[in-house]
Amino acid sequence: MGSLRNVGAETARDIDWDGVRLHVVSGKGGTGKTTVAAALALALAAGGRKVLLMEVEGRQGIAQIFDLPPLPYEERKIAVAPGGGDVYALALDPEEALLEYLEMFYGIKRMGKALTKMGVVDFATTIAPGLRDVLVTGKASEAVRRRDKSGDRVYDAIVMDAPPTGRIARFLNVTQEVAGLARVGPVRNHADMVRGVVASPDTAVHFVTLLEEMPVQETLDGIAELRTAKLPVGGIFINMVRPVVLPGPVLDAAYHNRFDHSELMLGLKAAGLADGKADASKVAEALAQEVSEHARRTELEKRERLSLEAAGVPCYDLPLLPDGADLAGLYELAEAIRKQGAA
Amino acid sequence: MSRSAPALDIDAILDDDNTRIIVCCGSGGVGKTTTAAALGLRAAERGRSAVVLTVDPAKRLAQSMGLTELDNTPRRVTDVNGAGGELHAMMLDMKRTFDEIIEAHADPERAQQILTNPFYQSLSSSFSGTQEYMAMEKLGQLRRSGDWDLIVVDTPPSRSALDFLDAPERLGRFLDGRLIRILTAPAKVGGRSAFKVLNAGFGIVAGMLTKVLGAQVLKDIQMFVSALDAVFGGFRQRADQTYRLLQAPGTAFLVVAAPERDAMREASYFVERLAEERMPLAGVVVNRVHLSRAQGLSAARSSAAAEDLEAKGEHELTAAVLRLHAARMQLAAREQREQEHFTSAHPTVPMAQVPAMPEDVHDLAGLRQIGQLLAS
Repeated sequence: MGSLRNVGAETARDIDWDGVRLHVVSGKGGTGKTTVAAALALALAAGGRKVLLMEVEGRQGIAQIFDLPPLPYEERKIAVAPGGGDVYALALDPEEALLEYLEMFYGIKRMGKALTKMGVVDFATTIAPGLRDVLVTGKASEAVRRRDKSGDRVYDAIVMDAPPTGRIARFLNVTQEVAGLARVGPVRNHADMVRGVVASPDTAVHFVTLLEEMPVQETLDGIAELRTAKLPVGGIFINMVRPVVLPGPVLDAAYHNRFDHSELMLGLKAAGLADGKADASKVAEALAQEVSEHARRTELEKRERLSLEAAGVPCYDLPLLPDGADLAGLYELAEAIRKQGAA
Repeated sequence: MSRSAPALDIDAILDDDNTRIIVCCGSGGVGKTTTAAALGLRAAERGRSAVVLTVDPAKRLAQSMGLTELDNTPRRVTDVNGAGGELHAMMLDMKRTFDEIIEAHADPERAQQILTNPFYQSLSSSFSGTQEYMAMEKLGQLRRSGDWDLIVVDTPPSRSALDFLDAPERLGRFLDGRLIRILTAPAKVGGRSAFKVLNAGFGIVAGMLTKVLGAQVLKDIQMFVSALDAVFGGFRQRADQTYRLLQAPGTAFLVVAAPERDAMREASYFVERLAEERMPLAGVVVNRVHLSRAQGLSAARSSAAAEDLEAKGEHELTAAVLRLHAARMQLAAREQREQEHFTSAHPTVPMAQVPAMPEDVHDLAGLRQIGQLLAS
């Protein structure tokens, strides 16, 4: 921090999630949850920190975003952040996590093969309710608390690409989930340890949304559920925000079907885009239709933004990337996240 | 268009009396549920007696069909136009559906044992495969009832594609597996210390399970599994039946996608998996496609003209509108590329596009409009 090439830039920064070490990123399908999680990891690592980006649903989304071959169950460095800093990634596999858990607590990893063959692993990770989630969140909690030999934290932050908004509260509410099954015993103790991390100020659960009705509604529902479950709500990342290119009065007129074609026609002619009167009016009409759709869209987005703001948590805008979320786009998003003080 | 997919003829599918089931699958957030509802409405308005089964608890969708709520029972949608057809809609209640299966297949005492078991309660309301399994179960029920000549179903937003095909198999594999025999052994030999009669390998596993899970958990599981085991024969048989039903010629799978990289990639995967499973694919529906009526005015030309006007300080409004158009054309070009990418890998798969709407669907008129766009 405060290195020569970056004087003041790091020290003077005021970050909204100072002290948070586990960033859980959720969002409705199609909102770009994995992309935002990756960008957040880059942003958090910027300036020389070390961040672990975890995915938990076995989709290999991180590998796709970073343009890498499928990731193994192993923490490995996948990207360098702006200003130095490393992003490590882990594609979490519940079966591997179970075997690791067994080894860590019972020293019986060698039993793994036999267990797998007997269907114990299958059972534990897919059928046993809640156990899978406890294993996954448990792995994240372990990474949060992990220290190296000299007692320093191994990671400055963990970013988890978590299950979608509809399932997030249940996913994190592990104690509740295993309560019916394990009132006492090692699983229960493990769940309690996990709860101690995910329900603490060390954790923030962020939501990714678009300015559309359904994702916004799900975000608000998700926030309400987390609050009921007493889990820490983080910020809202509004993804794929389009720039406003038209002045307010024009949008307003277009919204009320009072958009002036004639001025547009004159402009098109001046720009040399219309060969004859008929052509100019045809193009002008097509463009006017686009303006009208844009105006309706903008109006809807305004409404949705107001609903989000009413949730009372910080909102961050992430721009729509014209070329899609490629590697360069990720860095652009990371920059936007840092500029707005989310990391 | 350099590579164009064959057109997907939606009306031909809807009008064909042999089409009895339409399954809309695809990754999350691409508009599967809306597509399913729009298809159901269009089919009804073209004379079919259709039911839409959704797993998505979208209140808005219920409202758009004029229903105050969607539940596990099909509700009639009023204000459906056209003669002869009708539309019903329902939402899957997976716990209720699971309970009903248990009640139907176990004697009352055993059913009670299962229903009150904490393990069952968790399994029936939170196991990630239960929803998929129950969706297939409900589909089978609707089909067997013979009350509708067309069932349109959307699939759960699974963590991995086509979980709805895999989940029954997974549940079956588990219940047929060796673990089950270990767990049910005590019940079968009549109670206490039953692990003793098993061989040493089993003993170690059982001992370890007790250590890891705790004795109470193990007991609950044993009770649950032995009870469930007794009714599972019927389960499995019906899962197989539903699976075969899906493969039958009367079923049409529609893969729903959006023109974005991830969604199209998922669509590719779906198409391949469906082929592997020999499921009849009808085509791909690409939702939210950005089109322009001024296609002739390219992004590059539009931006250049805007720049020109801005440099001259003239026609500010036109310059802004041209910027807007350029952005839209750029987006349209990217979306086009994503779709062509898909088409070059799957050149024979028919495709239908639905243009992006400025606003969400709120009523039957909106669903009707989507149906029209799907068919045009």
